Amino acid sequence: MIKLEHMTKMYGDFPAVIDVSVDIQKGEIVGFLGPNGAGKTTTMRVLTGFTPPTEGTASIAGYDVVDHSLEARRHIGYLPETVPLYLDMTVTDYLVFMGRIRGMNDERIKKRLPEVIDRVKLGDYQFTHIQKLSKGYRQRVGIAQAILHEPEVLVLDEPTIGIDPIQVVETRSLISELAGDHTLILSSHILPEVSAICKRVLVIHDGRIVADDEPRNLSDKLQHTERVQLAVRGPESREVVAALRALPIVIDVRNDNSAEARRVSMDGALTFIVDAKPGARAVETVAKTVVSKGWGLVNLHPLPMTLEEIFLQLTTKEDLGN
Amino acid sequence: MRTALLNIRYIALKEIRIYFSTPMAYIVAAAFLAITGFFFVASVSDAFSEANVRGFAAGAIFFMIFLSPALTMRLLSEEQKLGTLELLLTSPLREIEVVLGKFIAAFAMLTIMLAGTLYYVVVLFVYGVPDLGPILTGYLGLLLYGAATLAVGLLASAVTPNQLVALVVGAGILTAFTVIDFVSQRVTGIAAQVVDGFQLGSSFSTSDPRSFGLAEGGHFADFARGIVSAGDIAYYISVTVVFLFLTVMALEIRRWR
Repeated sequence: MIKLEHMTKMYGDFPAVIDVSVDIQKGEIVGFLGPNGAGKTTTMRVLTGFTPPTEGTASIAGYDVVDHSLEARRHIGYLPETVPLYLDMTVTDYLVFMGRIRGMNDERIKKRLPEVIDRVKLGDYQFTHIQKLSKGYRQRVGIAQAILHEPEVLVLDEPTIGIDPIQVVETRSLISELAGDHTLILSSHILPEVSAICKRVLVIHDGRIVADDEPRNLSDKLQHTERVQLAVRGPESREVVAALRALPIVIDVRNDNSAEARRVSMDGALTFIVDAKPGARAVETVAKTVVSKGWGLVNLHPLPMTLEEIFLQLTTKEDLGN
Repeated sequence: MRTALLNIRYIALKEIRIYFSTPMAYIVAAAFLAITGFFFVASVSDAFSEANVRGFAAGAIFFMIFLSPALTMRLLSEEQKLGTLELLLTSPLREIEVVLGKFIAAFAMLTIMLAGTLYYVVVLFVYGVPDLGPILTGYLGLLLYGAATLAVGLLASAVTPNQLVALVVGAGILTAFTVIDFVSQRVTGIAAQVVDGFQLGSSFSTSDPRSFGLAEGGHFADFARGIVSAGDIAYYISVTVVFLFLTVMALEIRRWR
């Protein structure tokens, strides 16, 4: 459904995307994961026909985005990161206009509009000027215009950026619902978001795809250590370190000085980060050890790897992804 | 072809709707009617003045240098600033459809504005015995001249996301085309004729303040006198077409950057 072949995009002398080849099948839900400036938005702009590739080709539903641009664009619903809306128009006027320029006739728009407004829950605001809507509601209008013409391919660029946490949850569940009807690409710099929604993740870094896998495999491959955060009350710091280091599964123990850790230690508890061998069930073993020593177990939970660490690993270890 | 015409219509309708729901078009129309009203009154209030619209037309074409870009400055600048251009250009629309739709919307507003000045014609017919010919050619000239100035304004709007910059660039180009006779007076022979050939509307002499507001020189002068020449019509249509084409190019270049 979506195909990129050796696609390179240069902005002047700066390569934004370098030699990317991807094949996405109909119905797939793919996440582009990467830090800001990695090339996610540029890749999406090439796919949506906004900007042509410098080298290589891109096609949507078999139509090349340069040679058969109009046909390719007919198959796409696109929500850019900036959520572009005409602020002087009402929600309904805006959606009718977007439907028309996507080639829908008025009859079809009339039928489809209430469905879409219902789906993104904009019923109370359909005659409100977009200018008066909050960021979260504007985001919904943006999603509504992308799905209005029932495109086969849906491209959403950072769909949850800049909206409040409750709306983030709502938007994610909306996207998950949409996933069934479309081939969907979304970009994000938040790993859990991509893992929750997507069946396939492309990790993009410095314009290159550095990993392409299912979210679970990706974290398994990357997770070379199992990491837990521990807070105990009672013993001295070095006693804890000594006791845990004595465990065969433990690789390293160190004091945790993060802000969250300091908040817990206000109660007089000490916090530690414990790195253990993967698959060793570190939480259970550490808990048993603490309890058997008679210390007060205040807090114990596994820590996921941060995005920074994942990129560090992906970009410093070449054997990954194979 | 059918979809192209539909697309142009949808873009034009959207822009006309925004014109009527935001203050800019009303401000421009009010300024236009007030200024041309002054010129009209000044040109017909002498005891022996001629019952014609030349005075009004001279004022109109001079101030269209600023008012036309004020009408067009939002059209493409705002699309860039809001990011909606990205949505337009990723929809199955051609650049030329976007440009023509917007141009037609601006031209429709200009026509409505000019329709407001028909009041002056009514006044002429009530209080005098005007010659209908020059009035009709005057309005034809104003529409053609207006179309050319709007096309220039639209190009200015395509090259910047900042409306104020679009206004200044558009008015700047139009002023240069209007006072191009300052240049032609300082060259001789063929060069002077060629430069003169590009004059958009009537200029004025820096040494003679009374020359301001007279519809002399440039391609508009004959229209004001009641003469319709193919050269003048071709000139205004050419300027319109060339600048609309450049606007389309400006949008296409934007993709490749």
